[in-house]
Amino acid sequence: MGSNKILMKGNIALCEGAIAAGCDAYFGYPITPQNEVPAYMSGKMVQLDRVFVQAESEISAINMVFGAAVCGKRAMTSSSSPGISLKQEGISYLCACELPCLIVNVQRGGPGLGNIAGSQADYFQATKGGGHGDYRMIVLAPYSVREMYEFANISFQLSEKYRNPVMILTDGIIGQMMEPVSIEDNKREPITRSSTDGWCLGGCLGREPRSIKSLFMTEGVLEKHNYHLKNKYDLIKKNEVRYEEYLTEDAAIVVIAYGISARIAKSAVRKLREDGIKAGFIRPITLWPFPYDKISEVSSCVKKILVAEMNLGQMVEDVRLAVNGKCPVEFIGHPGGGLFTDTEIKEKLASMF
Amino acid sequence: MKKIYFKTESLKNTIFSYCPGCGHGIIHRLVAESIDELNIRETTIGIAPVGCAVFAYDYWNFDVTEAPHGRPPAVATGIKRCCPDKIVFTYQGDGDLAAIGTAEIVHAANRGENITVFFINNANYGMTGGQMAPTTVLGQKTTTTPFGRNSSRDGYPLKICELLSSLEGVCYLERVSVTSPKNVLAAKRAIKKAFQNQILKKGFSLVEILSQCPTDWGKTPMDSIKWIDEVLSKTFPLGVYKECAKK
Repeated sequence: MGSNKILMKGNIALCEGAIAAGCDAYFGYPITPQNEVPAYMSGKMVQLDRVFVQAESEISAINMVFGAAVCGKRAMTSSSSPGISLKQEGISYLCACELPCLIVNVQRGGPGLGNIAGSQADYFQATKGGGHGDYRMIVLAPYSVREMYEFANISFQLSEKYRNPVMILTDGIIGQMMEPVSIEDNKREPITRSSTDGWCLGGCLGREPRSIKSLFMTEGVLEKHNYHLKNKYDLIKKNEVRYEEYLTEDAAIVVIAYGISARIAKSAVRKLREDGIKAGFIRPITLWPFPYDKISEVSSCVKKILVAEMNLGQMVEDVRLAVNGKCPVEFIGHPGGGLFTDTEIKEKLASMF
Repeated sequence: MKKIYFKTESLKNTIFSYCPGCGHGIIHRLVAESIDELNIRETTIGIAPVGCAVFAYDYWNFDVTEAPHGRPPAVATGIKRCCPDKIVFTYQGDGDLAAIGTAEIVHAANRGENITVFFINNANYGMTGGQMAPTTVLGQKTTTTPFGRNSSRDGYPLKICELLSSLEGVCYLERVSVTSPKNVLAAKRAIKKAFQNQILKKGFSLVEILSQCPTDWGKTPMDSIKWIDEVLSKTFPLGVYKECAKK
């Protein structure tokens, strides 16, 4: 079964992964470079007798997700950077009300209308709370078409396990590029569902009425709710940090990158090894929770760290927090939809060596 | 002795936090009575707005969710599409529905979502202290129209029933008030019908209710009622604005 490979675009793999994971409802709005997602879902979801609605705005789409999540359904929306900005209000409410869902950002260049090229400029927005209030969102960064497929399932499961929205932070390149994917690979994580019966709305038949809300006006009650959320976020930090490590054991120099930049950086590391240079690679897979401990540990054993991102330097701040001065941290970046070559990263690493 | 008035099951045994003379208490009661008469309490999901009725879940004795300001029709769409067997309604004020949530109400109506909407029009933002609403009438003084609403600076009152009546997806639109026993009974009939339409899968129904706001209008409860009958209902005439053909 595992050899049954299909050539697929990242955006389509995401749809197939979400559908296979039992996504009940999709709500979206057109924006490049994620248009394949609503287009594909509009056909498949309807054929499967599931819910598809093209919303009148990104704001409505995220609030339709809110409604679906309120009644315990597996719901998702997708968009690209400017549209994700519009969803931030809804994300804050979803986090406050502890509603599970999947939000996909196929990032493009910014700020403003920017361009439609792949970018990683929304790292801060995704990981530091783009909306108002003290909240956290689990953020997963796929670096292949295969991971676009797999992360949909992982995201739904994490979101239900912790009753918290999960974002897949990808980009226009991974969304648009094609790779062979084996969608029936039995090594995939199994599809499971956490019960939503204990909290969702569906009419009060046989139980006391429930409400879902984020307004806590009585003195001290919101503070208590904030600490309740913090305890949950602490648990996520403890349990859910994911990263990939490659040739770090004997490395003198390590490059840290996520998403499409990681794909290119990994290739640069491979080439440096061929030249006998001891380079290594760390790829944060969860951008929140961030692998601070792993990076801290590695920074004690290497001479230098390079961070490669398609922006002006965002994740590098988290890397510096993790390193905490134990070794120098340099940055290489391309804002505005600019893309690295592996040679460029290779040369930068070689110059640091 | 025959008991002719009692607390209806869909209202919790709590005290409303609404101001004296406010219309919300009457309208909450009419919504709750209608739900109980139709025997749908245990399958109903209500959506509370941001505004004076934000605490509606403290008063209604059935499932209620909050929604961000203006977004109840989108939240209702998500719920109803996923759970078509539930009865889903939104309860929204004029700031929520006719200002920040205009896109959401127009498109939910235009899609013909099989939901019920109660639109409480009291011609100002009650919760935040009486600012101009889209439904503030010309000449009306509010905290942000201290010289009275001036059409050249502030535009005109937005007439939601008239606006939505042109949309093909809409089944039923009626504007009512709760200023007299006669009007309260008419409002009750409209509210109940808007639920019945949903039960019969007839599509989008909205009842606009002109509601008194004595505190922010700076009027007594009785003068507020008089002002609705003599002024507000001249800009917003009561009546049925759309009714889909009977099946």
